[in-house]
Amino acid sequence: MEFLSPATWEEALAAKSAHPDAVPIMGGTDVMVELNFDQHRPSALLDLTRVAELAEWGPDGSRVRLGAGVSYTTIIQRLGKHAPALAQAARTVASPQIRNRGTVGGNLGGASPAGDSHPPLLAADAVIELASVHGVRHVAAREFYLGPRRTARRDDELIAAVLLPERAGPQHFCKIGTRNAMVIAVASFCVTLDAATRTAGTGIGSAGPTPLRAVAAEEFLTAEFDWQGAGPLSEAAVRHFGELVASAARPIDDVRGSADYRKHALSVMARRALSWSVTDYRKGEAQCA
Amino acid sequence: MRVTFTVNGERMTADDVWPGESLLYVLRERLGLPGSKNACEQGECGSCTVYLDGVTVCSCMVAAGQCEGREVGTVEGLADDHSEGSERRLCAVQEAFAEAGAVQCGFCTPGLLVQADDLISRTAGAGRGVPEDPEIREALAGNLCRCTGYEKIIDAVRTAARREHEQVGQEAP
Repeated sequence: MEFLSPATWEEALAAKSAHPDAVPIMGGTDVMVELNFDQHRPSALLDLTRVAELAEWGPDGSRVRLGAGVSYTTIIQRLGKHAPALAQAARTVASPQIRNRGTVGGNLGGASPAGDSHPPLLAADAVIELASVHGVRHVAAREFYLGPRRTARRDDELIAAVLLPERAGPQHFCKIGTRNAMVIAVASFCVTLDAATRTAGTGIGSAGPTPLRAVAAEEFLTAEFDWQGAGPLSEAAVRHFGELVASAARPIDDVRGSADYRKHALSVMARRALSWSVTDYRKGEAQCA
Repeated sequence: MRVTFTVNGERMTADDVWPGESLLYVLRERLGLPGSKNACEQGECGSCTVYLDGVTVCSCMVAAGQCEGREVGTVEGLADDHSEGSERRLCAVQEAFAEAGAVQCGFCTPGLLVQADDLISRTAGAGRGVPEDPEIREALAGNLCRCTGYEKIIDAVRTAARREHEQVGQEAP
């Protein structure tokens, strides 16, 4: 096994091109588990921690560009305003030690359906920036997840960054597990209300072979919500939204929970996240966002 | 491969490191620093917590090669003076753990000490006052103890933070 340690992004892309089988490693919180337990023996590790720009974030036109190597700790501390749901999700990741190391890029690279970043990225319509020696391409998060741990990233590509649209309304993330810390989600959910485009977004985690959207729930909410007057949603509408979210999930029974429980939990989380979001919207958060 | 980095202020080199080897393994098996404990090897238990470039991490989840040229701080480095022949003075958190009976089997203790030391330096030590219990509990959420039920540990962290706060207050102009 080789240990590749590029100092620049160009070197990293060249290394990935020369070693398409190399496993990129940033925080190591997934990769090292596989190595420690001898579940996977890659031909090479490609250490990206020395590529400084991966850990940078900042405005990029009308979007926020989040380097693939920004830690969850930094996201919590710095991105609460720009990407509240992603920051909320980051707060639920594991423990402080893991949040100091773990990154959204790593979450995307591993593409576990239970990854905490995915629902906020789906709901906010984020874009994944992929790069190789041949150039850069952008893939919508909504088209990124192809199957269990399979993504649109090609073998010679590295995940460079996530582009988050400028927030124009409330966002909320929920996650259910056996305790607050150190849990892989039994199920998770995110909803966004975008006052600028007058559309709703959703993301479902840990309840299907990939992170999912609840498209019918988004369409229902986009049509039903009083974007102009910010009037309250009826209880029946909130309940129906929850049902549509649950019916979009494709969960299985596993050690963390049954499929039925996951669907039930999703309907509850969807109602709660929507109610919080509508409350925020009615408080006028949409105007000042 | 050869890896050279600073541990507790001292430059150290490990040879014949397998590229997939963890920082924890290198510390324990190659550098003679067994204070950081090996339990879960998957970031669940926190007993291998060390400082890496000033932030706490699970050393079982860091590839040793990622530490080349970097600074690592382990539980062995918490005491003020660990040179030979010196009277080893424990750090505030270590003193408080011993006093409070926050140690039973001791396996989780090194990780808890490093994580608590970090919390106290970021709060009381930085003039932010004594952390409330929820902040202490959140900071220690990734460190599992199967003996104490955590109460004595929280007591110890509270005591250490209070002392640090008082000391910082005295030092202030």
